[in-house]
Amino acid sequence: MRIGKIAPALVLALAAAATTACGGGDTSSSAPKELVYWASNQGTSLDNDKAVLQPELDKFEKASGIKVKLEVVPWTDLLNRILAATTSGKGPDVLNIGNTWSASLQATGAFLPFDDAALEKVGGKSRFLGPSLAATGASGQPPVGVPLYGQAYGLYYNKKLFSEAGITKPPATWEELVEDGKKLTKPDKGQWGLSLQAGQVTENSHHAAILGAQHGAQFFTAEGKPQLASDPSVAAVQQFVDLMQKDKIVNPANAEYADTAKSLKDLSDGKAAMFMNQASAGSFKNIGMDLANLGVAPIPLPATAPPNGRKVTSFVAGINMSVFKNTKNPDAALDFVKFMVSAPEQALLNKTYGSLPTVQDAYSDAAFQTEDVKVFQSVLANSAEPMPQVPQESQFETLIGTAMKGMFADVAAGKPVDGAKIRDQLNQADQQIAAGG
Amino acid sequence: MPTALDDAPAVKAAGAPKPQRARRNRRRVALPYLLLLPAILLELLVHLIPMIAGLVMSFFKLTQFAIRDFSSAPAAGLDNYKFVLDFDAAAGKSLLGSFWITVLYTVLSVGFCWLFGTSAAVLMQKNFRGRGLLRTLFLVPYALPMYAAVITWSFMFQKDTGLVNDLLGTDSFWLIGDNSFWSLVVVSVWRNWPFAFLIVMAGLQNIPGELYEAAAIDGAGWWRQFQAITQPMLRPVNQVLLLVLFLWTFNDFNTPYVLFGASAPKEASLISIHIYQSSFVTWNFGLGSAMSVLLLLFLLIVSTVYLGLTARRRNAVV
Repeated sequence: MRIGKIAPALVLALAAAATTACGGGDTSSSAPKELVYWASNQGTSLDNDKAVLQPELDKFEKASGIKVKLEVVPWTDLLNRILAATTSGKGPDVLNIGNTWSASLQATGAFLPFDDAALEKVGGKSRFLGPSLAATGASGQPPVGVPLYGQAYGLYYNKKLFSEAGITKPPATWEELVEDGKKLTKPDKGQWGLSLQAGQVTENSHHAAILGAQHGAQFFTAEGKPQLASDPSVAAVQQFVDLMQKDKIVNPANAEYADTAKSLKDLSDGKAAMFMNQASAGSFKNIGMDLANLGVAPIPLPATAPPNGRKVTSFVAGINMSVFKNTKNPDAALDFVKFMVSAPEQALLNKTYGSLPTVQDAYSDAAFQTEDVKVFQSVLANSAEPMPQVPQESQFETLIGTAMKGMFADVAAGKPVDGAKIRDQLNQADQQIAAGG
Repeated sequence: MPTALDDAPAVKAAGAPKPQRARRNRRRVALPYLLLLPAILLELLVHLIPMIAGLVMSFFKLTQFAIRDFSSAPAAGLDNYKFVLDFDAAAGKSLLGSFWITVLYTVLSVGFCWLFGTSAAVLMQKNFRGRGLLRTLFLVPYALPMYAAVITWSFMFQKDTGLVNDLLGTDSFWLIGDNSFWSLVVVSVWRNWPFAFLIVMAGLQNIPGELYEAAAIDGAGWWRQFQAITQPMLRPVNQVLLLVLFLWTFNDFNTPYVLFGASAPKEASLISIHIYQSSFVTWNFGLGSAMSVLLLLFLLIVSTVYLGLTARRRNAVV
């Protein structure tokens, strides 16, 4: 950017959005109703998403007479597109949002609240998985959407490397994970116990949330005040960083891993024995891994739970479906949401994308009866906790994730990361979140 | 002395009514302004209005709570400015850190771009076999699409699989930690020095060859000719070149963003990335605007001082 372009860029982006954002659908009562839908990129490419979704939209049009114009938006653009639409008031009618953004987007007031009446219109509250529904906005307020695709974290492991090292089952505790990791780490062979996306801001923040819950951390007070620098948070971050620093079961090169592809490949190639990720059997298959060698288990818990520690092995990941408040066709929009969360569509779409249905009645499909899916399903239903549902969630993810990325870079460069350093960084994050709140 | 051409309209005008002539005169006066109008309108639309809007935003607490309706944003007065200028607190400290990183980055990048550009342009003055090919090759970095070029560098800088470690026989990190700053400088210099080369080469074309011939007859060697002729004659070109490179580099957003992604390592966190993160990642648009205004003020001051100094020097020479 050149001189003076950054401040104006804010406004330019917003102004541009006003002209480029698709307007809501047709409003005249005589014309056939039309909706605009921004879908997030779930498949292998934008075109792949169109190929998956278009037949379903056609099916919906045939049944309801409502045409849905589809635009698949890449993840990198989605949040800024939503913000621009929020500002200009000219957004789509229906859209996908990452569920960790729920409370932050809820604060903008740009989305239709899913109160009891709206939830009833899309099939009723009781149909949805509780944890997934909890990740649709701040508690005590009507949700800002309904869950569409469910996701959870699990511990993938390479069965072949495990069996070569004489390990018969995946670790259930962190102590076991470190012990197994050490057996599986052979730097001279380029083999490491665990692969981490240590250079990825959001991944780091997800693990901070999971380990934080296990240590009993609450990142925000009940009033929404940030308290990232608490003892349990520091302990959680220290434990995570120590996997590379003290336990040495993670390749220091992972400090620059900023995407999932490298870790998937490491596990597939036998360069890493374990990897914590959301359900990704499809991705492993795409890169040519023999799925017979791929096992999955819940992320470990501590052998002895710290005081106030919670039995959390994943955050509630996934995608929600929201309705833009400015829609001229709220009824049609809710009809479309109802269609997308119906049991047959949930089964079909989640099967295709390798994610989990967010409604109970879709699980009867045989595709969700496999051992792997059952692990994720059980995690999502029993030991998953939503990310902090506060308006500052996006600041939380960015600041803690960036701080951890820096810590891993320090460890990789041989600079020690101790509790004091972690506390200092988390204190800085607290100050910055408080300023933005 | 009036010519036949001048007479003709005068005769015609004498018989024509006066208002017509006045209209024509008015039109003649208005025409340049009319021609300028599209540019003025665009300038207003693209630069001035957004700049003023940015300035206004910096006095409001514009976060996600108010983004839907600007007018509902609570006034912040000077709070945003106080917050980023409080260098004892986290935000101010990290902004100051970014500022110094950006200063160092700019000095090194502009310095090397100028040095390489000038050296290459001077060498290319002599006619030799393959000069055309070499000139074209020099311009390649500037002609390549920025994204593709920088992303290729990011592949080359990977620790385990990158070409850089392979060539140097090292096992270092280049995209994280201390080295990330140097990676940024290398990519920036690689990308911008052809621009300096192009501008200096154009400046060299304007130096009359007779000056060199006369100097050669007087016994001046290559270095003496460079000092006494090339450098002084290039001064006006260099003044503009350095200012433009300074402004581009200080505001550089694309290079770090493509090289490191939205979250650059702290060692290479330029001020532009910092402002982007405040505005678009943590959704504090008021704070981001305040930082942008401060950056704009800084660049205005530096540019004004620079232009004043160079003008004084030029006048002194005259």
